[in-house]
Amino acid sequence: MPDSFRPESPLSGIFLMTMRFQTTLARRTAKALLAALGMAVAIHSAHALTADEAKQLTTGDTEARIAALSAAIANADDKTFALIKALSEDAAKLAGARVLILDGDKSIDAVSGEPVALPADAEDIISNNRMRGEIDNAMAALRLLSKRATERLDAANALLKEPDAAKLPLIDKAISAETDTAVKARLILAKAAASLGSDDVAVRQQAAKDMTGAPTPDTVLLLNQRLAEESDAEVKAALAVSLREVQSTLQLGEKLGVMFTGISLGSILLLAALGLAITYGLMGVINMAHGELIMIGAYATYVVQALFRTYLPGAFDAYLVVALPVAFLTSAMVGAIIERLVLRHLYGRPLETLLATWGISLVLIQGVRTLFGAQNVGVENPVWMSGGLPVLANLTLPYNRLVIIGFAIAVLAGMALLISKTRLGLFVRGVTQNRPIAACMGVNTARIDMLAFALGSGIAGLAGAALSQVGNVGPDLGQNYIVDSFMVVVLGGVGQLAGTVYAAMGLGMLNKLLEGVAGAVLAKIAVLVMIVIFIQKRPQGIFALKGRSAEA
Amino acid sequence: MTNRRTHLKTLAAIAALAAGGLSITSSAFAADTIKVGVLHSLSGTMAISETVLKDTVLMAIEEINAKGGVLGKKLEPVIVDPASNWPLFAEKTKQLLTQDKVSVIFGCWTSVSRKSVLPVVEELNGLLFYPVQYEGEELSKNVFYTGAAPNQQAIPAVDYLMSKDGGGAKRWVLLGTDYVYPRTTNKILRAYLKSKGVKDSDIDEKYTPFGHSDYQTIVADIKKFSQGGKTAVVSTINGDSNVPFYKELGNAGLKAKDVPVVAFSVGEEELRGVDTKPLVGHLAAWNYFMSIKNPANTEFTKKWAAFAKAKNIAGHKDKPLTNDPMEATYIGINMWKQAVEKAKSTDVDKVIAAMAGQTFKAPSGITSMMDEKNHHLHKSVFIGEIKADGQFNVVWKTPGPVKAKPWSPYIEGNDKKPDEPVKK
Repeated sequence: MPDSFRPESPLSGIFLMTMRFQTTLARRTAKALLAALGMAVAIHSAHALTADEAKQLTTGDTEARIAALSAAIANADDKTFALIKALSEDAAKLAGARVLILDGDKSIDAVSGEPVALPADAEDIISNNRMRGEIDNAMAALRLLSKRATERLDAANALLKEPDAAKLPLIDKAISAETDTAVKARLILAKAAASLGSDDVAVRQQAAKDMTGAPTPDTVLLLNQRLAEESDAEVKAALAVSLREVQSTLQLGEKLGVMFTGISLGSILLLAALGLAITYGLMGVINMAHGELIMIGAYATYVVQALFRTYLPGAFDAYLVVALPVAFLTSAMVGAIIERLVLRHLYGRPLETLLATWGISLVLIQGVRTLFGAQNVGVENPVWMSGGLPVLANLTLPYNRLVIIGFAIAVLAGMALLISKTRLGLFVRGVTQNRPIAACMGVNTARIDMLAFALGSGIAGLAGAALSQVGNVGPDLGQNYIVDSFMVVVLGGVGQLAGTVYAAMGLGMLNKLLEGVAGAVLAKIAVLVMIVIFIQKRPQGIFALKGRSAEA
Repeated sequence: MTNRRTHLKTLAAIAALAAGGLSITSSAFAADTIKVGVLHSLSGTMAISETVLKDTVLMAIEEINAKGGVLGKKLEPVIVDPASNWPLFAEKTKQLLTQDKVSVIFGCWTSVSRKSVLPVVEELNGLLFYPVQYEGEELSKNVFYTGAAPNQQAIPAVDYLMSKDGGGAKRWVLLGTDYVYPRTTNKILRAYLKSKGVKDSDIDEKYTPFGHSDYQTIVADIKKFSQGGKTAVVSTINGDSNVPFYKELGNAGLKAKDVPVVAFSVGEEELRGVDTKPLVGHLAAWNYFMSIKNPANTEFTKKWAAFAKAKNIAGHKDKPLTNDPMEATYIGINMWKQAVEKAKSTDVDKVIAAMAGQTFKAPSGITSMMDEKNHHLHKSVFIGEIKADGQFNVVWKTPGPVKAKPWSPYIEGNDKKPDEPVKK
């Protein structure tokens, strides 16, 4: 017996059973209940599921199946319920003429209830979207009489989302039996939604007014649909008033949604650009291989994920925790090697640096292509990063984006602390501001250069680990971010951490606002044009370095 | 100083080598073979879709060679990688036709790549088999189109979504990657929807660049648009952008019951990297699905599984998947072989003549026939819903094969165009 459906509310008897009987039942133990249920079925001569009905529910034309479903829920016993539940969870199969319900690795015959071995040739039951919707609705109707308030609330919400006038008697029944005020309010709304299409003008008008109680996108859809069909002028007016009211309530969510997407894009840009803010911003190395360092971080994440899948499948959801330091160290190491072998010979020669790092980027791309193949590799989100957090009726914040925003803040804070508070940070600032003096003070400038470059590269690696959670991971990953990264750093003002933050957030917001108006393709072009104009007018970026260091 | 310079030179050389390494081809000269060009992107944004097509050609060639080849000669594949770079497609085609002297080319996925190849094959009188559904509006003597024309995929899919079983959609979001195939398909669909009484205000056309990965705004817009009435989304997004799109769709909780998304370029292979549980019920329209049950398909999928295992093809060796363009490729190469045998020559003009009316028992369960005139296959249309395991449930299909209409009647002026290649 599925635990979500307690036999103490035997559906067989729902229309005949008195409340008293139900409460009596509620006091008994589960075992006794089953017996009682059997009796209830017998007493009220509820219709037991027959093989024919099971077949009608599971095979044939959608139209006929829906008719069978409506008939079944009007007079359902627990076996019918179990079958409908299995159908809604995709846990039923056909084996010849028998319908089987899967329960873990066991399977039982839907009609007899006896456990049977699952035949190898058992076929899936194919339900299309329409059928699935009807099944879910039937489940909701049946669950209206569940013992748990949360389940009843879910059921009421489901019926509110997809109202069906045929379910009105059931809803009425549930309203009269309901004790929980929150659930009752929902049920009344569900009733209003189902009565929107009533034959009685007064009922329709009242329902239209009542619908403002549920300011959700579904309500807007319902009202719009009704409005298109409505013929009575007064009801039409009532519908329009309700529609406006609901829409104005929803506006907040829409605006917040746009802001969130902007912040989310901004945080991604920030992550991609932070490493470059060190290597280019502070050190002045035009590092065209920055994107590839991001890519290496993403591939490091992929490798860690693959290792977890093979050796620690139980702890798979925790792979990101391990992937972060691995991505950081891998990219930092590659960065350090690049600095040691190539860049240190080229300090002060920006053009050669540009060419050399561009060459390195090609080498890295081809290297990864040879090692992992040219195709994208699949990086799976851990379970805790799938799905979203519903904030408002029309605002769901995806977990992966929330995590990345948090992560960007953390990396930013860590980097700011490192640069401003630690000894290494002090040396880095010293060397970048005045190399000869720093050297005179006994700072090993060559070593600091390497460490700073490795740090910037490592942060690029962290960005790669984060980006692998929202986008595709392939050898070309870095190419998509290199332009954006330079844009952010240059726009923010070279050598300015705060500028980088403002520029990333600004670009993210601007991009998303424009995208909402002009579409993704035009938005991208418009942003690029704006940046070109901005850089022309203000080559030093949003924030310019002031004072002596600016001349260096 | 000298040291540094040599250093830089070495580096540049390495870089050049790396870039050049892409175009190294596996061509070895041997007189008694027939050369077959394989022109599919093995890197870049389209690699997700095209790489398996290269392997499908190789599998078919191996199979044909095992049975003694064609006209007593073995087939020899010449593989090039145009790297999702459209002009490079034309260059590689030229190379295949003039240097390698291939008898036939199997290749392209995106229409923009086909359009880039087209003038080259026409000028050099080559032969191209194009295995992917496309927008029509083209009929070249030198090309055989083994994928679907709009009336074999897009129009039936929209019909299904308008039907009661498909949800009775009233409003439409036409979402695509910004290039010729989605733009033309959406033009046809818009005209078709209008002919069915859908107003312009109930159609929302949206495009994203190739490789786009941030679908937050698009999904939010779809959600908002769907408040105005029962909405369906027609997706012509191509390549790896589909992965972030479907991820966002799942995370934002847009369910197929509420807003079904029907895709024309998403099959079993594209869904490999996606968690399909939140996507159950979203649709795809194709002329073949791996889940179709018939003896020809069982044989095809088994063959592919064995080939993938033997050749150690990444991904497929553990979880072999087949899809519609693979089937179309497979039909194409087999029909070409039959045509060569009928013509007793690999001469392009003779093969083209022999192609008309060729039949082949297709894995989709029908006997596929090449039209006598219009260079397109007669195909059955299937609509499938995504299952939790990444496969598709067929929920609707045409009663039999449908003849392709490359010139869609929903584009003005097409009614006067002949249903066969015009001789130049």
